[in-house]
Amino acid sequence: MSTTAIQPVPFGRRLKRFMADRPLIPLIILLVILVVVLQILRPGIVNERWLANTIKFAIPLAILAGCQTMTMLTGGIDLSVGTVATMSAFIMATQVVNHDPAVAILIALVPAVLIGLVNGIGVGVFRVHPLIMTLGTSLIGTGCLQVYQRTVIASGAKIPPFLAWLGTGLTYGVPNALLLFVPIAVLIVLTLNRTGFGRLLYAVGDNEGAARLSGVRYWQVITALYVISSVLAGITGLLYIGLIKAPSLSLAEPLVLPSVAAAVIGGTSIFGGRGGYTGTIIGALILTVLTTLLTILQMPEGARRILFGLIVLFVTAAYLRIIEDR
Amino acid sequence: MSGRTEGGAVERQQERFWNESNAILTTNPLLDATGVVKTYGAVVALRNASLSVLPGEVHALMGANGAGKSTLVKILTGAIRADAGHILIRGEARDVRSPADARRAGLLPVYQEPSLIPDLDVASNLCLTDTPVEAFRAWVRELGIPDLDIRDIARDIPLAVLRVLDLARALAVEPDVLLLDEMTAALPANLAERVLEVVRRQGDSGRSVIFISHRFVEISALCDRATVLRDGETVGVVDIEPGVEERIVEMMLGARIEKTQRTAHQASQAASPRDSRPRLGVANLRVGTKLNDVSFDLANGEVAGVVALEGQGQDELFAALAGSIRPSGGTIEVDGQPVKFAHPADAIRAGIAYVPGDRTEALTMQRSVRENIALPFSAALRNWGPISMAQERSRVVSAIERLQIDTRAQREVQRLSGGNQQKVTIARWIAAEAQTILCFDPTRGIDVGTKQEIYKLLRELADQGKSVLFYTSELEEVQRVCDRVIVIFGGRVVDVFPVELADEPALMRAAYGLPRGVKVDVGILADIHSSPVAKP
Ligand SMILES: Nc1ncnc2c1ncn2[C@@H]1O[C@H](COP(=O)(O)OP(=O)(O)OP(=O)(O)O)[C@@H](O)[C@H]1O
Ligand SMILES: [Mg+2]
Repeated sequence: MSTTAIQPVPFGRRLKRFMADRPLIPLIILLVILVVVLQILRPGIVNERWLANTIKFAIPLAILAGCQTMTMLTGGIDLSVGTVATMSAFIMATQVVNHDPAVAILIALVPAVLIGLVNGIGVGVFRVHPLIMTLGTSLIGTGCLQVYQRTVIASGAKIPPFLAWLGTGLTYGVPNALLLFVPIAVLIVLTLNRTGFGRLLYAVGDNEGAARLSGVRYWQVITALYVISSVLAGITGLLYIGLIKAPSLSLAEPLVLPSVAAAVIGGTSIFGGRGGYTGTIIGALILTVLTTLLTILQMPEGARRILFGLIVLFVTAAYLRIIEDR
Repeated sequence: MSGRTEGGAVERQQERFWNESNAILTTNPLLDATGVVKTYGAVVALRNASLSVLPGEVHALMGANGAGKSTLVKILTGAIRADAGHILIRGEARDVRSPADARRAGLLPVYQEPSLIPDLDVASNLCLTDTPVEAFRAWVRELGIPDLDIRDIARDIPLAVLRVLDLARALAVEPDVLLLDEMTAALPANLAERVLEVVRRQGDSGRSVIFISHRFVEISALCDRATVLRDGETVGVVDIEPGVEERIVEMMLGARIEKTQRTAHQASQAASPRDSRPRLGVANLRVGTKLNDVSFDLANGEVAGVVALEGQGQDELFAALAGSIRPSGGTIEVDGQPVKFAHPADAIRAGIAYVPGDRTEALTMQRSVRENIALPFSAALRNWGPISMAQERSRVVSAIERLQIDTRAQREVQRLSGGNQQKVTIARWIAAEAQTILCFDPTRGIDVGTKQEIYKLLRELADQGKSVLFYTSELEEVQRVCDRVIVIFGGRVVDVFPVELADEPALMRAAYGLPRGVKVDVGILADIHSSPVAKP
């Protein structure tokens, strides 16, 4: 037998291993770095007001990214969240003119449920690829919304005060939107980790055949999932309109791709089976801070987007390298 | 394997031993690895492994599940990098950085899991590795698969055939050292025998083979020496000679040895009370062209074995009983009630669980051991709600203990050793307390120690009144666990043996579909066969 001395494992690999076991740590480090850079570029910007603002804008993104996280865990994606959010916001704002706000909100969530159901049945039963399916329903939804707009053009739109309060208000410097977000986030995290449904999302995304052999009916899981995703998107729309205060036909559309990016940066695999919501939340914060950072650089819009895209690509690639361990 | 081979092998082996023992003293090793270390965080896969292989030698690499055999093979062939260690090839220090490097050095592996890319056809897979197609075809025929179409998509090819293709792909480039990681584990007897012959010829022609297997019969028939690993450390190198098995087991298992001394089963003991209604009644079952007409009963408290050569319809039989594919004809009854399974969930509700032969079909590889075992708990709609973590833990933990699963790397099932992954597929249904278990080659890749434990487990389940249908490619298992053996050939049940008569030669003959007339040499056994009920 050989007597080769067993060398200690090099520090670099130990560090990598450490990170691989705790994928949240590199993300938090990145977030802190971004904030520090921001503070250096514009000393004094990082204060209480900035913090509240960042959180307010990160929340709608984080909820939509939650939809992406859950669908991506099953190997899917939900590109209709933008349209659904816009629809429910727009419908609520126009219906509230004639109805009680609670009724208006219920009416506004109907199309969300419907789109979710169609997505779920398309993906789960007819096996349409989620990308195509949700893109399709998203286009159809936008079309329907345009038709709907004609019919309500005379009545105008308004935003119920409590939604504005929820979207923009602060209580002792803390954004009221957290009142909505914290329960949603807790619910998503608990669902993923502590419920049968959450387990099935991971299982179906990791190996659909294995899930089937264990008695899981794919279509049930997928239908429920896309309905939940759509309802969450609808709720986000209501919150977002309280924040933006200007109903339009492309209200939440700009959030769709960032919501996918937030989930990916947060460590959820688009191939399914691995990831979680806490990472996604940090991903959403990172993207929001990054946007601020690029805004204060006062670059032209085009250059800013290019840089944004490059940074997202770079961060994701680097992150995957860190947490993947060979 | 038939008894004939076994006996012959011992002689042949002895003969080779004497012929070569002089050579062994003088020649230099072709491959010499020392002090190999590999850790994954807190998990030490290899602590201090060494392996030295001479030219023309068939060298067994042995060890319990998780001992580090596959890890060592992957390091030697450049698939993963060691933390420390020296590798000499033909006396020269070499840093094998990639499988391509290893290939240039003449080292070719067949890894434990099939390595063809599932979405490509065989021909494209060959292209990827630059394998000469004609040589490959010749080897495939040589290995007992005459009708391979290289346009077939790898995904659609049965596991056993895939394994043979992996081997043919390695052989086609004429490697100096062939590293076979549980090559025979998924193979039915006829294919396994071809593999053993080919491996022997490799050795005879001066090439070396590193051979990993948990089947001692193969080791003693084939190998010259064995290196034994325990917990990532080389604990001994022995010459294979009659009677050395005991010593190897001792070295392999170390402290665990006592557990395995308990031998598992006397079939007769299990003669449990049979009520009139069978647990499972199968009549005239047909599936496509593969399964033509199968009828049998499975009683409560019975372990029924199924024996068949490759591709005789056994896969379809199990899949149909598990609700995974729909039969094209015939009936299935559970407890006397006719059933139609449209989905595995239906079968599971009827108390039928299925352990498929290919563990990658059953496992969610990126998820934890716990989640994999608990998966069936959450499957039904009414169980989608909150999970009682404490209750789940206790059910999972007892199944893990029962099967002695090595949980050091339990965060992701893909990090477990092959044998431990296999145990997870069984543990799942133990935890779920299924009434009827369909096991398709459940001990594939499981070490001797745990195998005994699994035999015992299956017997216990039967004693509790549960029933087990047990396909095995390892004929000697039949007598250890089964009460009765059903032999399938060409998609039909050709024979049903009581276990006392199911010795390997008899099973082999039946499995080849030889007509009853040929059985004269088994004497009185013939007329007992014709009586349908098994137990005396
Ligand atoms: N990626 C990984 N991360 C953590 N641990 C790992 C990883 N890969 C292997 N291991 C661990 O290394 C040990 C050795 O595994 P290996 O696959 O070499 O065993 P083996 O001897 O081939 O066993 P078997 O007979 O079951 O195939 C196991 O305990 C396994 O859990
Ligand atoms: Mg192995």
